[in-house]
Amino acid sequence: MSAPIIRVEGLGKRFTLQHKQRERYTALRDVLSDRARSLFRPSKDQAVTSEFWALKDLSFDISPGDRVGIIGRNGAGKSTLLKVLSRIVDPTAGRVTIEGRLASLLEVGTGFHPELSGRENIYLNGAILGMSRKEISSKFDEIVAFADVERFLDTPVKRYSSGMYVRLAFAVAAHLEPEILVVDEVLAVGDAEFQRKCLGKMKEVSLGGRTVLFVSHNMAAIQNLCSTAIYLKQGRLVTQGDTAQVLSTYLKDTGAAARVDLSARQDRQGNGAIRFTGFHLADEGGRELAAAQSGSTVVFNFDMDVRSADVRDLKVAMGIDDQYGQRITHLSNEVSGQALNNASGNARLSIRVPRCPLRNGNYTFTLFSTVNGDIADYLLNAGGFHVESGDFFGTGRAPAEDQGTFFMDHSFKLDK
Amino acid sequence: MMAKHRVVIAPGSSSQHYWRDVWQYRGLLLFLAWRDLAVRYKQTAIGVLWAVVRPLLTIAAMWFIGWLFGSNVPEGAPRILIVCAATLPWQFFATSFSETANSLIGNANLLTKVYFPRLILPFSTVLVSAIDFLVAFLILVVFMVAYAYVPGPEVVLLPVFILLTLISSLGAGLLIAALNVKYRDFRYLVPFIVQFGLYITPVAFTSQDVFNNPAIPDALKYLYACNPMVAAVDGFRFSLFGPSQPIHWTGFCISSGISLVLLIIGITYFRRTERGFADTI
Repeated sequence: MSAPIIRVEGLGKRFTLQHKQRERYTALRDVLSDRARSLFRPSKDQAVTSEFWALKDLSFDISPGDRVGIIGRNGAGKSTLLKVLSRIVDPTAGRVTIEGRLASLLEVGTGFHPELSGRENIYLNGAILGMSRKEISSKFDEIVAFADVERFLDTPVKRYSSGMYVRLAFAVAAHLEPEILVVDEVLAVGDAEFQRKCLGKMKEVSLGGRTVLFVSHNMAAIQNLCSTAIYLKQGRLVTQGDTAQVLSTYLKDTGAAARVDLSARQDRQGNGAIRFTGFHLADEGGRELAAAQSGSTVVFNFDMDVRSADVRDLKVAMGIDDQYGQRITHLSNEVSGQALNNASGNARLSIRVPRCPLRNGNYTFTLFSTVNGDIADYLLNAGGFHVESGDFFGTGRAPAEDQGTFFMDHSFKLDK
Repeated sequence: MMAKHRVVIAPGSSSQHYWRDVWQYRGLLLFLAWRDLAVRYKQTAIGVLWAVVRPLLTIAAMWFIGWLFGSNVPEGAPRILIVCAATLPWQFFATSFSETANSLIGNANLLTKVYFPRLILPFSTVLVSAIDFLVAFLILVVFMVAYAYVPGPEVVLLPVFILLTLISSLGAGLLIAALNVKYRDFRYLVPFIVQFGLYITPVAFTSQDVFNNPAIPDALKYLYACNPMVAAVDGFRFSLFGPSQPIHWTGFCISSGISLVLLIIGITYFRRTERGFADTI
């Protein structure tokens, strides 16, 4: 392994929270009056601030050419980390050594001025991102072509559609050529077609041997783009390494409430020959999951309490609803043609779904079962589970969010 | 290849090569100044003409006030020139001071998203004011030609006094800009300072009206000299109109001393607080 291009040692960033804060900013009046007051009443009002470490004892190395995905829930410190690396905010503790030029893209279109034309904004934005005039000029045509705004180059960007605006902004940033590129969640904007283009460009950039640090909540993008990943939780490093491994740790870790206890449910119908007592998600290897992931195998596990001594011809159905209560699909051993027999005591029933076709989101399910033709246990809205976005098609791409609720495997062919 | 550009980030460390960074980012400085200029006259009917009309209007107003109150006018130079010579540095100070004071808040989106030495922002606004000043200066030259007025040899000192104006506006501007990030009170204070400053700066009147007036106690005269712009304006008049507008040296030294101190305080405070700008803004 070569010498690290970025070395982070014991990095910490502390924010001071003021509980008493009346306004977003300090007013001089408050400072003066507080000072004056404290002359007379010293020790009071002292304990109103508390500390919050957005980053704490963070240490890791990044090798040249790595494409690193940074993941974690909201507030885990991802953006703060990028801001410290970009020298926008000062760390409170620790040390970062960066060997090379680092450019950061924390927002699309930073410094765009609505009154200026597209052409003018390309130069302005380029300069703000650290490009020289010469560099911008030499890439100007490429940028314009990528953004697809040739016709509107001399129109003020305030007249642009939001899509054009974002395209132009990303185009400028995508043509930066630093040794290290830091990108924060920029793919969250634009339409699907453009996101695809951005992702392609990002990949192209990173395959050019550049080091890329990439924050995103889009797990499919991370999976597809990054060779390694860093998982942050409450400002601390949980794990760093191979993307797939880190992602599975992260998915397992998020929402530990994926296990649903059904044993106490009273709102059930049926003769009680069997009863569903619990539910959880697992992966292929039987490891418990916090959430399913689009494109990965998921196993729905049900714990059952079999009360009848004579259980033959068990039929179980699981109806899955989306967050709007719309029935999406129905899984049952009747349609899959598998007979279930001879259950007794505490049984475990699993339904395996290869390459989960559900999109990311929250789902609820209803359970229905019959034994020997009689309704045994029927639980409306028995529980719910979460699906994280994943790389269903193995291409790192997915249709836009508004294009349907599930993925369908397909292939194309062109005949003459 | 790797070692050629190394950055170390540690608490309080961003100052290592600060001034070198400022120099490296000069391109951005020019772009920001250009942006402010380019944006200014968009969607106006007379466009760039405003650059000339604005200083003309100010000069006319000052001339009218000076005429109204009958402050003394020396032999040999028309009142309009005397007024003009003071309006230029004052206007430079007033615009660069008030624009600089808002330069950080007005560009908060840049401060929180991109790294560059923060001094670039106030510098670029001062640069914009300097360009306004140049335009206004051309107006003065036109007036001098129109009145067939030729300044004496003192005119070679003019650059010194331009520098002095720059120092005053930069010092005050940097201090207020940095304070403004944390205490927005200063946003409301700035227009007042500019407005009040006009009355205590010898624009419509001359410093001689003050220093030679026996009715004014000495203490008040020294207080008057504490205004950093007194030295700059007096210097301007002296370099353009020679001995007819003599410099009151004690007053001049106090005033320019205060400008220098202000600049040092301004830069020091700015540099000390700038690492926290992104956190507090």
